[in-house]
Amino acid sequence: MTSPPPGVTLHPAAAALTGRHRPRPWEAIPWVLALGFYFAFPKNLGFGTELLVTILFALSLDLVLGYAGIVTLGHAAFFGAGAYTVGMLAKHGIWNEPLTSLILAAVVAAAVGLGSGVVLLRTRGLTLLMLTLCTMALLEEAANLAHAYTGGFDGLDSLPIPPLFGVFEFNPLYPTTQYLYVLAVLFLCFVFVRTLVYSPFGHSLTGIRENTLRMHAVGAPVPARLVLCYTLSAAIAGIAGGVWAQANAYVNLGTLGLDRAATVLIILVLGGYGRLYGAFVGAVAYMVLSHFLAKIYPTAWQLGLGLLLVVIALFARSGVLGLGEEIWRRVRATRVAS
Amino acid sequence: MSAPLLETRGLCRDFGALAAVRDIDFRLEAGARHALIGPNGAGKTTFINLLTGVLQPTRGEVRLHGKDITGVVEAERVKLGIARTFQINRLFRGLSVLENVYLAVAERVGAAPSMFRPAGTLRDVVDESMHLLETLRLTGDAGHRVSELPYGRQRLVELAIALGLKPAVLLLDEPAAGVPSAESHIILDAIDGLPKSIGVLIIDHDMDLVFRFAERITVMVGGAIFANGSPKEIGGNPDVRAVYLGEDGHA
Repeated sequence: MTSPPPGVTLHPAAAALTGRHRPRPWEAIPWVLALGFYFAFPKNLGFGTELLVTILFALSLDLVLGYAGIVTLGHAAFFGAGAYTVGMLAKHGIWNEPLTSLILAAVVAAAVGLGSGVVLLRTRGLTLLMLTLCTMALLEEAANLAHAYTGGFDGLDSLPIPPLFGVFEFNPLYPTTQYLYVLAVLFLCFVFVRTLVYSPFGHSLTGIRENTLRMHAVGAPVPARLVLCYTLSAAIAGIAGGVWAQANAYVNLGTLGLDRAATVLIILVLGGYGRLYGAFVGAVAYMVLSHFLAKIYPTAWQLGLGLLLVVIALFARSGVLGLGEEIWRRVRATRVAS
Repeated sequence: MSAPLLETRGLCRDFGALAAVRDIDFRLEAGARHALIGPNGAGKTTFINLLTGVLQPTRGEVRLHGKDITGVVEAERVKLGIARTFQINRLFRGLSVLENVYLAVAERVGAAPSMFRPAGTLRDVVDESMHLLETLRLTGDAGHRVSELPYGRQRLVELAIALGLKPAVLLLDEPAAGVPSAESHIILDAIDGLPKSIGVLIIDHDMDLVFRFAERITVMVGGAIFANGSPKEIGGNPDVRAVYLGEDGHA
């Protein structure tokens, strides 16, 4: 028995593996919707920009949490590092060109990720969770104390951000530039993350998540892979923080806070981690829900979100997307059966 | 005389007051089909963990091709050619059978760090993984998630991952445990199909399998080597029968 020549009859499993990175038609949906939002809701572009930044931040978390299985409660450390890099450079008149500032934000956040990752990623589970939280708290306190540079508790506002390419103004009242700018940044980062997770490197991260001990036993340099993944994720979170600072023309301690770190975690769990698009679904669901719940119950709107999370944790461990996949699978199974 | 493939000298490992492995001098020759047997708690798995670098010895050394590798970490020893299977399955349960083997093969050929090309385009890695599944009669399960397979089939995936590393030394920790007897021959066939140069060390309690497979048997009791010899010698050794095989035992 000889195996068939390549490309003629591929085993379905092999075909699934060789073809899984190819873009699917439905993957255009989020981008079409995002562009549609721009034209349909010109008055809500501020909200839209915030949403896109949140998606980008959640996407960076998905890389470490969803793919590599690194549990962290301190991801806002990198968001804040990026935001403060942009903010401090602009406020102190050192550098404020938007795109290069963003690259600097990514580099600084990556450096924080590398430095903390080398130490922290020796631990796992609850220890790691607490240490990431501590690292973020330390950064937040440092930003609070270094008043002369960071503005302390008040943060830095009215950041002088020049027009993009010298042409497109960042107008706080009509954030059309911000929206399209953040959308473009999100798209580029998404393409990067998507390429990464379908690569052999991304596959090996999944292997570490599924069974760290076995990855050691197949010869993978597990600590190095984790640190690299953490650093890349930190860079993307830094970019998210950077565009947030540019879009809002200010930074404050909230960019480094537990609130932001916990929210992005909730968003990812809500949408479904380890799925790339969980960040999109989760961010939209979370932000739209909080928006309307806050309108209906201004005093106790978080109660509704809490209840939703309880339901997700009990009945849909893999989030909205996971639930959708499960329903789709069952519908197809019954169709085949009938 | 050339150095043996894998060798230990005075290997000891203590867990507190317990000497789990005591002063073991062991040789595994190239091409060996060697079995390690002994009662539960004899230190067999601890010994394997010392060979693979999961544990560091308290004293003594491990040598591969005559070179001291005692200080080399687990992942590096794999690159040097030592692969193992686990007594209790350690698989990538959420991934397909093919993806499980892919991880091992990609790691061995050095493709795993690559970030900017899709994993599926490494056709030689995919093809080699599929071929490996074929030799273990797992082709039909290639697309199934490991967690959906019966335990016996999972044991075969366990072996497939180790074979994907193309080792020079293969350490099998109870490979047939939990495999239905109708399927255990698949494991033996797969081992028979390996290149002759590979040294294989197998731990198992299934005496049928051990005596069919091994050309040499080492018996461990209480962390130390109790006896060493050909299957005939071990089967006929009254002391071994008393402590391990049982008076009415096999052979």
